[in-house]
Amino acid sequence: MELLPTIWFVAIAVLWTGYLFLEGFDLGVGMLMKLFAHHNTDRRVLLNTIGPVWDGNEVWLLTAAGATFAAFPLWYASLFSSLYLPLLAVLAALIFRAVAFEYRGKVDSERWRNRWDWAIAVGSFVAAFGIGAALALTTTGLPLNANGDRVGGPMSWFSGYALLGGFGVVAFALVHALAFLALKTDGDVRHRARRWFIRLVPFAVLPMFGWMVAVQFLSGKPWTWALVAAAIVAVVLAWRLARTGSEGRAFSALGAFIVCATASIFGAAFPVVIPSTIDPAFNLTVSNASSSDYTLGLMSIVAAVGLPLVIAYQSWTYWVFRRRVSAAHIPEAHGFLPAIAAKVMIPKGSSPSTPSKSGD
Amino acid sequence: MDALEIARWQFGITTVYHFMMVPLTIGLGLVVAIIQTIWYRTGKPEYLRMTKFWGKLFLINFIMGVATGIVQEFQFGMAWSEYSRFVGDVFGAPLALEALLAFFVESTFLGLWIFGWKQLKRGVHLACLWIAVIGSVFSAYFIIVANSWMQHPVGVEMVDGRPVMTDAWAVFTNNTALVAVPHTLFGALAVAGAFLLGIAWYHLWRRRHDGIDVVGKDGKLVPGEAAIPGRDKADYTVWMTSLRIGAVVAMISFAGTAITGDLQGKLMFEQQPMKMAAAEAACHDGTGFSVLSVGNLGASNCDDIVAVIEVPGILSFLAKGDFTTEVKGVNSLLGEYKEKYGTHLPDNPLYGERAGQEIQYVPVMEVTYWGFRMMIGFGGLAAFAALLALWVTRKGVVPESTWLMRLAVLGILAPFGANAAGWIFTEMGRQPFVVAPNPDMNGIDQVFMFTAAAVSPGVSAGELMTSLVVLTAIYAVLLVVEVKLLVKYIRGGVASAMPELGHAQDADDQRDKNDDGTGPDKSGDDVLAFAY
Repeated sequence: MELLPTIWFVAIAVLWTGYLFLEGFDLGVGMLMKLFAHHNTDRRVLLNTIGPVWDGNEVWLLTAAGATFAAFPLWYASLFSSLYLPLLAVLAALIFRAVAFEYRGKVDSERWRNRWDWAIAVGSFVAAFGIGAALALTTTGLPLNANGDRVGGPMSWFSGYALLGGFGVVAFALVHALAFLALKTDGDVRHRARRWFIRLVPFAVLPMFGWMVAVQFLSGKPWTWALVAAAIVAVVLAWRLARTGSEGRAFSALGAFIVCATASIFGAAFPVVIPSTIDPAFNLTVSNASSSDYTLGLMSIVAAVGLPLVIAYQSWTYWVFRRRVSAAHIPEAHGFLPAIAAKVMIPKGSSPSTPSKSGD
Repeated sequence: MDALEIARWQFGITTVYHFMMVPLTIGLGLVVAIIQTIWYRTGKPEYLRMTKFWGKLFLINFIMGVATGIVQEFQFGMAWSEYSRFVGDVFGAPLALEALLAFFVESTFLGLWIFGWKQLKRGVHLACLWIAVIGSVFSAYFIIVANSWMQHPVGVEMVDGRPVMTDAWAVFTNNTALVAVPHTLFGALAVAGAFLLGIAWYHLWRRRHDGIDVVGKDGKLVPGEAAIPGRDKADYTVWMTSLRIGAVVAMISFAGTAITGDLQGKLMFEQQPMKMAAAEAACHDGTGFSVLSVGNLGASNCDDIVAVIEVPGILSFLAKGDFTTEVKGVNSLLGEYKEKYGTHLPDNPLYGERAGQEIQYVPVMEVTYWGFRMMIGFGGLAAFAALLALWVTRKGVVPESTWLMRLAVLGILAPFGANAAGWIFTEMGRQPFVVAPNPDMNGIDQVFMFTAAAVSPGVSAGELMTSLVVLTAIYAVLLVVEVKLLVKYIRGGVASAMPELGHAQDADDQRDKNDDGTGPDKSGDDVLAFAY
């Protein structure tokens, strides 16, 4: 087995893990904007828990995609072109969601906010589902020909695994967000989030387990089965910790779950990066899809410096914004103060107190 | 339209659109960082107001650049999988490094800046903005390194029919990129300059129109106050300072684009002679620069194009720095290209229905000829307008003329037009190649790729059409929303970005509470309202 392609397979698995861990909760918070929040103040509490960090979290997705392009161009090309329409949906969802965060509070009207709230909720759902489906398909198989192109029509990628992965990430994101809110908020939102979490977590992880076990049956190894067991332990732990009120630890335990889950899935799939459902001879693997050792070596050096740096300053961000947010902190929505309203009537020359008169 | 044409339209539309948001982000980010630095050092409240106001507009625009940037990274793989496979070894690295080293920095530190007004010390808060701005400059650098490799491939060897990186230093210091980066950054600053100038002009005009400011006997302005939040005397200083910063930035950046553009032109004559010939619609070898050429610029044989007004020697100067060297025209280049790269596309299934077709080496000359001139024209116009604006307002007075105000506001569009025209010129001028051949690289294994071979073979025209329609529709809707919001906040003036101006009493209370540490929570003041 070549060393550098293996390192980069691991690196990309780490990037996806980071993405699911971090954007996992902000996608979930997005969906909860409609499922969980009762009124505008709740929604603003939710938004402000992720406000400073969601964009930084999303860069994990861009880095995962960019690293795949650089390290495994054939993987990137086949995966992204095969899943053309679902990824288009993900793009549309991410566009609306990002813009909605920024624009929602910019006009003080119930209708305006409601529209953007839907954009956030639906956008978060579609993005989570689409990325879950794409990851499930890259680990279970796509109908690829010898050139790595999709065979069949625009929907020929579809399989039950896509649903499993899609719902897996959606449901995980929801409970991950509840754990996050219990940790990051105070008052009513905090307690409700914890109650919801305890009630939902045993069911919410099921589709993800389905995906994990499916990959194990397709290509599992003893150590990846062991990770499945570890994931089960992590979930049980998260549930118990939430019941005893240890919100921080419950969140960490669920984080350990997603780490074990992605490790077991990518570990089982290795060294294949996309199995071809047409013919195993067309499988894309870390060996036949990778860039040259020169490129991978260069990237390794940069990533060895860059990635720890990213983790360091992102951790600092979470430290800066570590305080719990609660409804009591949310100020009144400021009415918009237009300096120039449609019709401002100021009698000419009345306001200046200077002795001068109009000079022209 | 076949799949290739649809994919090209999609890439063109999404990229030009993305590059309306990006230069404003880069340019305005830099300007806001400078303004906040002045506030940090002088403590003058006008500069805080300017930071908040321009910062608000910066954020409304920034998010659109982020949202449309994701599309850029995905569509190489989605619509251009053969391209991605061909160039991945060398082209993927700058994209990955952009995300890892630049965009992470930009997003994370901008989040800290938006939400950290009270949580961070003033110096740290300012540093966050500078780090984010520097991140955006690095972003531009990496993306342009990737693009420049398509214009001028370097640092690679062909292995099994694909370029493989052998010299990263050559790729990351590609001379094409080293001049394109400052050119692009100056282009971005030009956008910011005109943006400040136009909007500040509008507000100064409005203050006079509303009778707040009057002109004294000596022809100087006497600022007044109105009983509306934010429309006090300091407000006048905010806009006049903004106007002057904008005008100076616009003029400096035009000088910068001109100098770097000249360097680019000289490189382009060497590296992509056909592109420059097409920019000139120059069919025959010569030395003259065409001021106006007429005829059928779209024709492939180029015979009926007549240069109506031509300045002798200038073309040679642009290309070589003297006035006598003959510059090759389209007709003589055509033969060279055919000899080097073939007359017909290979009979390879990658080319689909286009396999075996004759290769059209001359770019669409209406686009290259006029794109080149629009870039220079709009850029020059904006700089000239800025100079004029500085002169007219030298006594601190903006004329009462409504038409002049409208022109100043309309002028905001000129550098946008210059940027778009420049990119359209350089990308269309590269055709029919997606990776243009580097004339310095010898041997049969020359590195180049025809655009016709780059599109995804497995993706149907129907899928591409779907995404073209969906993305264009989303972009159109969001453009309307963004512009409406920008207009709303621009009209709202400083108070729209600083609600505390209208609640002076509340703001003081808050500050007291936080200062003596008895406040409920530092995150509980208007800082949150600044964000979400």
